[in-house]
Amino acid sequence: MTPFDYARAGDTAAAVRMGSVAGARYLGGGTNLVDLMRENIEQPASLVDVTGLGSAIEERADGTVWIGAAARNTAIAGHAAIRRRYPALSRAILAGASGQIRNMATLGGNLLQRTRCTYFYDDAARCNKREPGSGCDAIDGFNRIHAILGASVACVATHPSDMCVALAALDAVVHLEGSAGARTLPFDALHRLPGGRPDRDTELQPGELVTGIELPSLAFAARSTYRKVRDRSSYAFALVSVAAALDVGGDGTVRDVRIALGGVAHKPWRAHIAEQSLRGQPATEASFRAAAAAELADAAPLTHNAFKPELARRTIVAVLSGLTETPMKEMAP
Amino acid sequence: MQSQTPIRPSLFDSPAGPNPLDQEHLLGRGIARVDGPLKVSGRAPYAYEVHDPSNTALVGVLVLSTVAQGSIRTLDAVAAEHAPGVRLVLTHRNMQRQGGPASEHCKPQMADATVRQNGQVVALVVADSFEQANAAAAMVAVAYDVKPALTDLAAGVPQATVPPPRSPSQPVDTNVGDFAQGFAAAAVKIDATYTTPHQAHAMMEPHASMAVWDGDHLTLHTSHQMLSTCAQTLASTLLLRPDQVRVLSPYIGGGFGSKLVTYADAILSATAARQLGRPVKIALTRPQVFGQTTHRTATIQRVRLGADADGTLRAIGHESWSGNQQGQTFYETAANQTRLLYAAHDRMTAHRQVRLDLPLASSMRAPGEAVGLLALECAMDELAERLRMDPVALRVRNDTQYDPEKGPSRPFSSRRLTECLHEGAARFGWEKRSPVPGQRREGQWLVGMGMASAIRNVALKPSNAEATLDGRGILTVGTAMTDIGTGTYTILTQIAGEMLGLPPERVVMQLGDTDLPEASGSGGSFGAASSGSAVYYACAQLRIALARRAGFDPARSRFENGQIIQDGRAVSLASLAGAQGIAATGGIKPGDLLKKYAQASFGAHFAEVGVDADTGEVRVRRMLGVFGIGRVLNASTARSQAIGGMIFGIGAALMEDVVPDRRHGDFVNHDLAEYHVPVHADVPAVEAYFVEEVDPIANPLKAKGVGELGICGAGAAVANAIYNASGVRIRDYPMTLDKVLAGLPDQA
Ligand SMILES: Cc1cc2nc3c(=O)[nH]c(=O)nc-3n(C[C@H](O)[C@H](O)[C@H](O)COP(=O)(O)OP(=O)(O)OC[C@H]3O[C@@H](n4cnc5c(N)ncnc54)[C@H](O)[C@@H]3O)c2cc1C
Repeated sequence: MTPFDYARAGDTAAAVRMGSVAGARYLGGGTNLVDLMRENIEQPASLVDVTGLGSAIEERADGTVWIGAAARNTAIAGHAAIRRRYPALSRAILAGASGQIRNMATLGGNLLQRTRCTYFYDDAARCNKREPGSGCDAIDGFNRIHAILGASVACVATHPSDMCVALAALDAVVHLEGSAGARTLPFDALHRLPGGRPDRDTELQPGELVTGIELPSLAFAARSTYRKVRDRSSYAFALVSVAAALDVGGDGTVRDVRIALGGVAHKPWRAHIAEQSLRGQPATEASFRAAAAAELADAAPLTHNAFKPELARRTIVAVLSGLTETPMKEMAP
Repeated sequence: MQSQTPIRPSLFDSPAGPNPLDQEHLLGRGIARVDGPLKVSGRAPYAYEVHDPSNTALVGVLVLSTVAQGSIRTLDAVAAEHAPGVRLVLTHRNMQRQGGPASEHCKPQMADATVRQNGQVVALVVADSFEQANAAAAMVAVAYDVKPALTDLAAGVPQATVPPPRSPSQPVDTNVGDFAQGFAAAAVKIDATYTTPHQAHAMMEPHASMAVWDGDHLTLHTSHQMLSTCAQTLASTLLLRPDQVRVLSPYIGGGFGSKLVTYADAILSATAARQLGRPVKIALTRPQVFGQTTHRTATIQRVRLGADADGTLRAIGHESWSGNQQGQTFYETAANQTRLLYAAHDRMTAHRQVRLDLPLASSMRAPGEAVGLLALECAMDELAERLRMDPVALRVRNDTQYDPEKGPSRPFSSRRLTECLHEGAARFGWEKRSPVPGQRREGQWLVGMGMASAIRNVALKPSNAEATLDGRGILTVGTAMTDIGTGTYTILTQIAGEMLGLPPERVVMQLGDTDLPEASGSGGSFGAASSGSAVYYACAQLRIALARRAGFDPARSRFENGQIIQDGRAVSLASLAGAQGIAATGGIKPGDLLKKYAQASFGAHFAEVGVDADTGEVRVRRMLGVFGIGRVLNASTARSQAIGGMIFGIGAALMEDVVPDRRHGDFVNHDLAEYHVPVHADVPAVEAYFVEEVDPIANPLKAKGVGELGICGAGAAVANAIYNASGVRIRDYPMTLDKVLAGLPDQA
């Protein structure tokens, strides 16, 4: 391990000051960053520990919910308001990692965690994300866990987070603080598609700090869920996952819907096409199937993940059908 | 082995008669592990945690090759040599003289610039601290001239060769009767090809060693299943006499065959420690374990079964192709069990070897049977379906009491396969299984049941022990046996206690030290039988010595409650031992009973799975194994071994797959996040049950092996349950959801 400095930030201003120095990295629970340092993938000159900053989870008068960036994943998943009003988020978090890791992991760290592409993790392999311009060993390598939507010739990695898929579906707003001041980003605009710059996972500026997220007041999110499809029952990343919320009118048509997919792209994939095609349609399996097919029409699978488009289609249909059937009182996780 | 008195092992060449172990006062009971309290309180140090008393140990970190074939063009270690804390950088340019050529028991490291596999050591960096060594290791810059590598088993099949036989009793091919004719004439046939992937042992403790020199004597603290071969490998590689090497491995965090081989951590910690005059320790990182150590090779297996309409097998053919490095003699004996499992007149088995430029392939838990039964027992399921016969009944129909290749002159020492099948079917509720697949649905789940037979070869190895009773009445038993987490300390304590009528608290077991009498080590399910027999014979000698000292007739005296008793007269063992104590040695030397009798443990597996009708995900719902393993030495550790093996079977059926990268020749998913083994949530109610059995032909304990039997057939039972649940027949392991999905109908 290469030597580095460590400092604990007392407040946001101090964090941003220290975090804007070249080579600095924010440190949350360290469950991703420290692993990457051990593998010599990340070699920060200094770590700015931000776990002492805001970790509150509050319901606000305007109906929104605020979650501080230092909130632990376990705390978010277990919070009564989250469980009641946004079950998809609670379920997504609980579907991720392990109890121990969720106890350490922070909201900010979960958002900014890096891909699980095996070639990214192996410094003997070529990887444009790790070493821009070096090439991609995944495209012609073992790419079972890789992207089918929005990938580029430079990178086919996926974003690994479960929590982020739910946040994308719920239209969360990300709050940032940088040396140029504070700003917000819609969740869908936080993570990037790889294009020619796969080394950049997000739209954050260097040194910019996530201070928290805001969940909008979205009544029908109380009828939302998260389904993770994976190779074993626990402790495995999603091959495909679906976060969805569904609002069906008294006449049986879809009033509103939110769908996001995990395991398919470089970012949590908001299924805008499927949502659009569903609004105003009857909430039937036929509609769900048509919407899922439309969303995945442009899917471009690789050698080992050809199953993903069909798996994603089937999972979307199963999740939406489930949401139409499940009585409200059974929603809470 | 440095015991003062030469040990005269007993030749075991006729079935065991009645002996004190038959009392089963202590033996068989599920007493808790005697080493349990040490382990759960952190007082059982594993190799890397052993405290070096001089407090001067240095730490080594290995740099491994990143290409599969070629040679080192340039190697720049200057930056590493000048990095803080670095004491030594070893490469092929400055290695000390070593033994050679490389072989099973000689493992020279960095002998030249040739790269033979990805994961071979190209440099060792030794520094004051792990962090310093690790940072410096990252500075070693190596450039290679790369040659193309062979990494695909299927592609290599046309060039496959016939490997040399593993041993005289294990020919590469067998032919009995006329397979071609018998198969052609059969009324009902199956001809199917199954594939199994490379698998990793994934034991908890990574390989690690600490080498300490005292003059020209080496003490190696390491994690090894078979100490005598480790010592032998060290001696031949480091050009030492055997008596210059002592190996200590008292606690081992799992092995599963991976720790039968001696690797670079052992050789290079010794090399560096000798050169630096200070202890050196080296642990492999988890990714290094995947490249530097062994794995179970992938196989391609063709099974042909021909039967009469009533299910009587006429012809059985099993061919297997597996891979290994050029010049390696180990091949996966995947067809071996097919020689013994079912009767049939016409039969053939064959093994072929394909060159693969991957890390070394070698034994992993139940080499041969573990993957061989994944193929054979699926083929039996396919045959049962074609015959419209119950899969249990098909197996019962073809049960046999003698070696089907050799005929009635070679009976099984004991074989209760049919009892296991019936007992298991009754306990599991097998009669509720629908013979037609895809009939049972519970919500999103398609539910089905499957079963398979289990068989695992029995073996017996020479093994020795010494037993000493002191004046306090404490019995100390020593043998250079290992306990790899299986419970060896405990069962040997029970054997010794049973022999001398002592409670477990009065028995001290000493294992894992080559200064103790040489023993079998742990592997091939022979450890308990072999080392347990050695302890039995040593204690039998001690009984004689104690009886004589008491003036009793050894044949007529009983040992109970710390006393020797004859004709109503009792003398305490402690007083007989006196201040000097009293010692005896003993050992077992296997005779030819394994030639005269076919010997194997048997069982039957039953599994119920759910297949998600939307996603193809498979989840095991419950599993039962019923086994005949001879005498059960400890009900609790035997059950742990059995269900642990069954869980391995779940892994083999559903998820375990180390994937080679065809360009780099490494394993892509080389950590425990991406190499999936079952987690708790994948393991529902798994139960094991043992039928009553004692086998006096096996050994004086009358016990057979249990360490590997649980895995044998377990995965096939899961695979057959997937078919019964969903109607999707997959012949390519592991049965991940993508393969299931491909066979599922459109969403309802
Ligand atoms: C074995 C294993 C299995 C896992 N399985 C899953 C899974 O199934 N599903 C899943 O979703 N996740 C999984 N994870 C990942 C886990 O969720 C992440 O490691 C965790 O969420 C990261 O949070 P952290 O606080 O520990 O982040 P850290 O490791 O501390 O940081 C991660 C990144 O975020 C940056 N960062 C941290 N806080 C801030 C901030 N406030 N502002 C800006 N940048 C910040 C850091 O600089 C760093 O780049 C798994 C991890 C492991 C080790």
